[in-house]
Amino acid sequence: MREELLAIIEKNSRIDLKELAIILGVEEIDVVNELAALESEGIICGYHTLINWEKTDIEKVSALIEVRVTPQRGQGFDNVAERIEKYPEVRSVYLMSGGYDLMVILEGKTLREVSSFVSDKLATLEPVLSTATHFILKKYKDHGTMLTQKKEDEREMITP
Amino acid sequence: MRNPLADKVVEIKPSGIRKFFDIVSEMKDAISLGVGEPDFDTPWHIRDEGIYSLEKGRTFYTSNAGLKELRQEICNYLNRKHGVTYDPLKEVLITVGGSEAIDMGLRAMLNPGEEVLIPQPSYVSYEPCTILAGGKPVIINLKAENEFRLTAEELEEAITDKTKILILPFPNNPTGAIMERKDLEAIAEVIIKHDIFVMSDEIYGELTYTEKHVSIVEIPGMRERTILINGFSKAYAMTGWRLGYACGPAEIIQQMTKLHQFAIMCAPTTSQYAAIEALKNGDEDINEMRMAYNQRRRYLMNAFREMELECFEPYGAFYVFPCIREFGMTSDEFATRFLEEEKVAVVPGTAFGDCGEGYLRISYAYSLENLKVAIGRLEHFIKKLRAEKNN
Repeated sequence: MREELLAIIEKNSRIDLKELAIILGVEEIDVVNELAALESEGIICGYHTLINWEKTDIEKVSALIEVRVTPQRGQGFDNVAERIEKYPEVRSVYLMSGGYDLMVILEGKTLREVSSFVSDKLATLEPVLSTATHFILKKYKDHGTMLTQKKEDEREMITP
Repeated sequence: MRNPLADKVVEIKPSGIRKFFDIVSEMKDAISLGVGEPDFDTPWHIRDEGIYSLEKGRTFYTSNAGLKELRQEICNYLNRKHGVTYDPLKEVLITVGGSEAIDMGLRAMLNPGEEVLIPQPSYVSYEPCTILAGGKPVIINLKAENEFRLTAEELEEAITDKTKILILPFPNNPTGAIMERKDLEAIAEVIIKHDIFVMSDEIYGELTYTEKHVSIVEIPGMRERTILINGFSKAYAMTGWRLGYACGPAEIIQQMTKLHQFAIMCAPTTSQYAAIEALKNGDEDINEMRMAYNQRRRYLMNAFREMELECFEPYGAFYVFPCIREFGMTSDEFATRFLEEEKVAVVPGTAFGDCGEGYLRISYAYSLENLKVAIGRLEHFIKKLRAEKNN
């Protein structure tokens, strides 16, 4: 049930418990217990909402920053990653294979805000060797959801 | 002027679904639980392979029986799923949907007057195809108390010395019934005893929810007397690609291929390339779709229990087949009123045979959100009917 439960709520975290129990074919209490277990094990980390900010009046700027850092003795990249992730404007931090080390996804109100974060905060961290900032121009798909296309049912109403 | 038409064709009554279709298409705002095809798009990697084949200019006929690579993949698939081996060169024919395979198979096998056993409720084309092929349809009325499975007794009773073929439509459209291994073993004994052939339509074979689908060809002695029909429509959500196949003894497939060559030439080339990709890399897609269908199936069964609507629990396909006898109307009346008063289209069970009287086919090839709206209306309608009855 765990895998199926996760697959369902990853797509729809607002589904109510009763319905969840019905479609999984289990009792409601089992769902409640399983969710509690998943939360306490740190498997479920949150129940967020996917928002297409571009459709609102609120201005937001997102950037993807490639960061090259000097790993530190005994800690590798963890220490610097943990410093970066503390900034609230940082949305994601990933350790990457390939040409750079950390990928930081940043969200700010304006271009200036993002660039000053990079030059003042990020680039000045001692282990940081270099940064390359890419601004995100448009989001087509996020978290497995297509943001721009609406699908209509084009099937015939009745078929054998 | 002379009558331009063939009596045999004119005499075939139009599909019961057609009449309903006409009413529904007049209604602008109706919602439907009436379709017999998946709501999912064909997985992108499969579509992409079709597009790629077009880009490469693969726009020619294939060999009559279909691309060799596809036939090989089908044999690999059947071996993986059912542990049976087929020779891709002699025992496989790629057809335009499973429907063509049904038609060609019956034409290839029937002599005038030979009887075809057709368990009903079932798909609409077995009976007309039998008639067109010169055979005589003999209907076996399946029973709700057997969960609409075919029993050895029912089969035995229907067999005469003219019986040639048994059509085995499981997992079943419209009932959602399946045949488990023990059920198949029981009928296989009768089939072998009377030396008849089987046309096993397993188009919904990937869509079973309690256990893996068992094909009758897995039962000893059955592979050599069975035409196994399957396709890509339901498993991979590829209805519009029109691609199916038949596997069976070389002498039957050879004759079917001859007919197919004259009637069709070959199945669509683009679809065949896409289908190779489906068989090679589509297992995970099927698992995901199956999981979604199963959730909806549980949702519907629970909803019926709550509104106390009688319905046996189906284990396959994507249909439920609730009983509406308590309301004292025919399936047709119920479906028509439901459509007019609540604007929801369902298919009367009678579209799939007379013994579907008293039942409705409800498809769950719809998102849960859509199902919820439609089931809300069904509940409202049923309450109204029960209130009418009590007054």
